[in-house]
Order: sequence, then C-alpha cells, then structure tokens
Amino acid sequence: MGPLAALLAVYALFCALAPATFLGALNLATMLRQTAVVAVTSLGMTFVILLGGIDLSVGSGVALTGVVVARALQSGAGALSAVAIGVLVAALAGALNGALTAHAKITPFIVTLGSMSVLRGVAKGLAGEQKIDAEPRGLETLMTGGANALMPSGVWLALALALLGAVVLHYTVFGRHVVAIGSNVQTARLCGVPVERVILAVYALAGALTGVAGVLEFSTLTVGDPTDSLGLELEAIAAVVIGGGSLAGGQGSIAGAMLGALLMTVIKTGCTHVGLPNWVQEILTGVIIVVAVGIDRFRRR
Amino acid sequence: MSAPPPRFVARSVGKSFGGTRVLDDVSLELAPGSVHAVLGENGAGKSTLMKIIAGVERPDAGSLELEGVAYAPAGPLAARARGVVIVHQELSLCPHLTVADNIVLGSEPRRFGWLDDNAATERARRALGLLGASTASLRLDARVAELSAAEQQLVEIARALAHDTCRLLILDEPTSSLGHADAERLFATLGELSTRGITTLYVTHFLDEVRRVADGYTVLRDGRHVESGKVQDRTNDALVTAMAGGAVQLEARNEHEAGEVLLTLRNLSGVRSPRDVSLELRRGEVLGIAGLMGSGRTELLRAVFGLDRVKSGEIRVGAAAGPASPAARLAQGVGLLSEDRAHEGLALALSIEQNLTLSRLRPLLRHGLLSPKREHAVAARFIERLGIRARGPEQRVGELSGGNQQKVAVARLLHHDVDVLLLDEPTRGIDVRSRGEIHRLISELCGAGKTVLIVSSHLDELLAVCDRIAVMKKGVLGAARPARGLSERALLEQAAGA
Repeated sequence: MGPLAALLAVYALFCALAPATFLGALNLATMLRQTAVVAVTSLGMTFVILLGGIDLSVGSGVALTGVVVARALQSGAGALSAVAIGVLVAALAGALNGALTAHAKITPFIVTLGSMSVLRGVAKGLAGEQKIDAEPRGLETLMTGGANALMPSGVWLALALALLGAVVLHYTVFGRHVVAIGSNVQTARLCGVPVERVILAVYALAGALTGVAGVLEFSTLTVGDPTDSLGLELEAIAAVVIGGGSLAGGQGSIAGAMLGALLMTVIKTGCTHVGLPNWVQEILTGVIIVVAVGIDRFRRR
Repeated sequence: MSAPPPRFVARSVGKSFGGTRVLDDVSLELAPGSVHAVLGENGAGKSTLMKIIAGVERPDAGSLELEGVAYAPAGPLAARARGVVIVHQELSLCPHLTVADNIVLGSEPRRFGWLDDNAATERARRALGLLGASTASLRLDARVAELSAAEQQLVEIARALAHDTCRLLILDEPTSSLGHADAERLFATLGELSTRGITTLYVTHFLDEVRRVADGYTVLRDGRHVESGKVQDRTNDALVTAMAGGAVQLEARNEHEAGEVLLTLRNLSGVRSPRDVSLELRRGEVLGIAGLMGSGRTELLRAVFGLDRVKSGEIRVGAAAGPASPAARLAQGVGLLSEDRAHEGLALALSIEQNLTLSRLRPLLRHGLLSPKREHAVAARFIERLGIRARGPEQRVGELSGGNQQKVAVARLLHHDVDVLLLDEPTRGIDVRSRGEIHRLISELCGAGKTVLIVSSHLDELLAVCDRIAVMKKGVLGAARPARGLSERALLEQAAGA
C-alpha cells in the first residue's frame, strides 16, 4: 500500500504542477518505456534482496549484455541468437556470483562489488573501449515501437516478467525457499531447504533478468555501449527498498519494486516537465528514497 | 546495634509475557556485601527477575528499592547509572577491541574530545585489580577475541566494576562456559568483591557453587517465590526439593512397548563433542539425555541430524547409513526440534503456516504450484490438534507466546511425519500448561510407533516422560538406564559429580 500511495501522490503533484505536458497518455507511455530497464533489473534484485543478498554487478551486466548483443549482431548472428547469447552470458555471470556467495561463503556485497568491476572491464575490452554500432535487425522495435508506438513490446515483456516473477515468488517451492532463507537461514537449513542451491539459482536468475534488461537497453540505444548503465544497480536497489524490501532479507515484493521503479521515473520526468534542473531531481530522488523507507519502518513498529 | 539497611529490596514483583505469567508476587531482600543465590529450574523465572532488576524489562506489578530509595530504571543504562550491572550468560564484548577498550566502552575517558588512552588504561587496570589476583596474567592490550571464555568473563565483570558506583552485580549462570579451575577463579573474585561491599546476585542451577559462594538464597519455581534463607541452614536435599517442588508430580510415564531399532549410533564422535557415543533407539520408546549445560547434549543431536560435522563413527537410520545432511535425515524420517526457537527453530517473521510446512511443501502443490487453500487447511488442522492459541494460520509466529511458538515447531515435525524425533529442550521457556501438553504429545507419539530422543535440563521432565535416561558429561554419554529406578538426585549427582 505504501509505495502505491507514494506513487499516486507524486504523480498527482506533478499533474497539478504541469497539467499541460505531464498529464496525458503519451507521457504515461513514455514513462513506462523509460522504466522498463530498471523494472526488469529490480525484478531480479527483489529475489536477491529477499534472499538477504545484494547484487552490485547489475549495471555492468546490462552494459556487457548490450556489447555482447552488438558484437553478435555485428558478426552476422540473427536477432534471436544474439539475444540468447547476451542473456546467457549475463546468466552465467550471475551464476558465478551465486557460486562464490553460496559455496565460497564470501559476502555477496564483496563478490558483486568485484564482479561489477570485472564485468565492466570485460565489456570495455570486448568493445575495444568504444560504442559498437550494429544493425539491430528488428531488436530496436522492442523499445521504440514500430506499429505499436505507445506501448512497445519491451514494456509488455517487462510486465509479463513481473507477473511471472510474482507467481514464482508466491506459488512455487523455489519462491518459498527464497523467502525462508532470507527470513532465517538457520531455520531453512533445519528444514532441509537446499540453501546453497537456492542461492546459486537466485543469483543466476538475477543475472538472466539483467541480460533481458540489457537487451531492452540495447534496443533503446541501438548501440552496444560499454560505459552505459553506470549506477543502475543502485536504482534497482532503491526500487526494491522503496517497495518495502528489507536489506536484512525475508521482506520485499515484486509489485512494490515495480512501483518503486516507476516512482523514480515519475520524479525524474516530473522535475523535467516542471523545469527543475538535474541536480534538484537527484536531491529529490534521494530524499524520497529515505523518506519512503523511513515511513515504512515507522509504520511497522 | 541495628542491622544495616538492605542494599536492595524487591516487593511482590510480577511480570507477564503475552498472557503467560512468568513472575508472580516475588520478593527479595539483599544485604550490603552479600552474595545471594537465586535458584530454580529452567523456566522458574530467574532470568526474568534478573532482567527486571537490571532494567532490561519492566515489572507490571510490585516495586523495587535500592539503598532505601525507590528504584524503577527506564533501561539498562539507567540501572547502570544507579550502580546495578548485569553480566549475561552470553558475553557481550566486542571481540576486535582490546581488554582495556572493552572495559571502558561507553564511558571512555576524554581529554579535549580525544580518547585519553592513559586514563583508560589506568581505569581498566584498577577495575581488573578489584577482581584480585586472578587477573594478573591478563594483558590490557590483548584483543578480547584471543582470550579464553573464562578470561572474557573476567573482562565482562571488570567492565561492570569500572563504574565506581557499582553496588549490585548480577551474574547470570556465570559458570556455564567455565572449566573447574576458572570457576574457582571466579569464586575467589566474588569473595574479593564481597569484602569491598559489593552485593552480588548469583543465578545458577548448581548447588555446590551456591554452597561455595553464597550467604543467602532464594528459590523460585514456576515464577513464584518458594522460600528464602541462609544457605547454611539448608541441606542440598532440602534445596533440591524446594526447586523441584517434590509434591508436583508430572504426568506419569506410560511404559512404552519397544519395537525394532530405528536409530543406531556407533562410536559417534564430533569435532569437540560428542565423544565416542553409541546408542540404540527403538520404535515406541523415549530416551532421555540429561547433563549440564555445555556437556555436549545439543551437539550430539546436531551431529545425528547432519547439522554438525561427524568426525568418526556411524549413524544408521533403520538399515540405511547414508550421508548426513538435514535434507537426507528428513527424507529418512528423522526430525530435529532446535533448542534455539528464536534463532534457529522458527523464522519469527514468517507466518504459522509458512513455518509449519517449510520442510515438506510437496503435499501443498496443485499443478506444481503451492495452494494457499491446502496450506491453510494443513496449518488449521495442527493449530486445532495441538491447541495452538493464535488468530489464524497467517499470524506471524513472532507474535505468539513461547509455548505456542514451540507447538508450531513441534507441529512441523508432525506435518513432516518423522519417525524419529530429536527434541532439544522441548519445554524451555514455556508455560506449565504447554509443557504438560507437549509431554502428553510425546507419549501419544510413542504410542503411535514413533521414537523420541529428548534432551532436557528439567530432570523432573525426563523422569516423567522417558523410558530410559542416559547422562552426558563432557561429550561422553553414560549408559542408558530405566527411568523407573532413577531420581533427580541420582541424575544430578551423575551429571555434576567429580
């Protein structure tokens, strides 16, 4: 309830401040489009944070995926196989995060701090430290419309993944195990939950979703940019936390994270429409993250 | 000449947690410089009383008085400011800081806002000095992590004394992690404190210790004050009777019909504990394990369940001897009830139904997805069967009382339908009624062909529910003997004897 109320309040505020441009289906669709990449990464982040973990490598993973997809297209791969390769690479990177966390017992903060740098480096190396132009072979329509300009298929994909994610979380044994581990890993162990396997799977899943987000990002940019999506991981974490997630694990919801991601887009867009400079937007976003979480914690008490 | 006024007085103190009366009408009077033992079995209310005196909990009835002045601390800091300090059973030192740092922690001496290391060292040295000769070997600049458990305890006590105002020191089972020689050191220290006029409240199970250190004693049972007096006026026998409440007979044991062997341990050894343990557990029987805290009883159960590493020896469940992991054991029909409900046994933030079904989710699946309806139904069935007092299956476990939480943990084993139940302190910290209900349940399960291995510090409980009892001491398990011929006294002697 909290994040929805916050979203509606902020949305209503900007509608009142800039009724001419902010209010309207066109702007709403634009904001949804701009949220898709963060939303998909927040999806994976929700699982990771529910587990009691963290994944800082998300931004680098998105950039790497974009570069891999561009390279694949460049070397003559079809759109579908380029996407498959990109997502697979990101999923493998995630699995490695998971293996180091679950089996080598290194804290996920450290593991993913390392892989954040490694993946970024690999992306730059693979791209020869420059943007890679490639014929997108139809991938651009994922985010830029085509026939369906208002709500391109990428937005629908993000929505569908969110729904699927919510079903997995609430109605599968895997989802239950994730929540149990995040809530109390010792209890999970006592109950025979395969803790290591679940941790690995969650990070691999987060990696795969990062890959999907990378594909969407490539579709938006239509180039593979190794320096893209710096700090995206922090936006994803913010979205989850605004949506009621707790970094201690066991708490968080996919709907909340989606609303959180949308809230940040609304603030950015709204500020632009009202004419506030970028630095004000950043301050506002920061304040809203802390206030939203603060209110939530206060209410829980 | 009139007697000196008491250092501390408690009048008719009472306290309830979530509908359970854990302390009721308890009174206490302590003379300056005395050592007063608070005795009672687990769950008698000793810890709650200590927490109230130390300002950790607030009483909901009665009043306290310190040196003739009303005393109602708002928190542990306020209590400390009045000179009342508690040393908990679990130590609370910062392992990365030095001995001196820990002793002055929270009241570091400053000069112009900077840490004054010289003054800190001086104060730490003085505090350790109060403890007498036993601290001569302690280096002030040693990191606490490098110290033995006993040394850490001394540091903890020194921290309590670093405040010049310390008038009342509370020690909660201070010897539970100490060896014999270290315990002696502690006793010497207490004598030293007494001569300096510091009053000590000493919580323990061990009568020999009481005889060594205490002048006066108070016995609590089931949250009520049983008696107070001078230790020298009472025999150990009389004290045991007061603690156990001789008249209170627990549910009579029904002699169970033992069937085929379900669990076999052969020369089982863990990393530190257990040591070379062998036993056989048959269908339909209840085997109890008595022993002091730290004797390795919990470690034995954990090794059997695959939670702790087994160094050597063999564990067989029925005819199978597979790899040991909780998942494998559960699949073989072995379940463990953890002694630590809050940190291991239950995920307190999750609901009753989520906790109850976690180890076996398969029956809840419909078309591969968890069915909330089936989950409710399963949970509702156990809530009714075990008489769990809750608003419904979706209530968070953390909101329940201790007894009801424990029933949820037990219900999980029943839902899993295990054949071998490893119960570690199944009635720790729960009310008398829940306790009786759990005892009845154990009996019922054995009648239904299950087998139970139960670790408990409540000797009366073991005597009441077990067919056989074995005593564990320093990792070694003694022979299991029929409970019928045993008494609390015999078990205590075997567990605590030299």
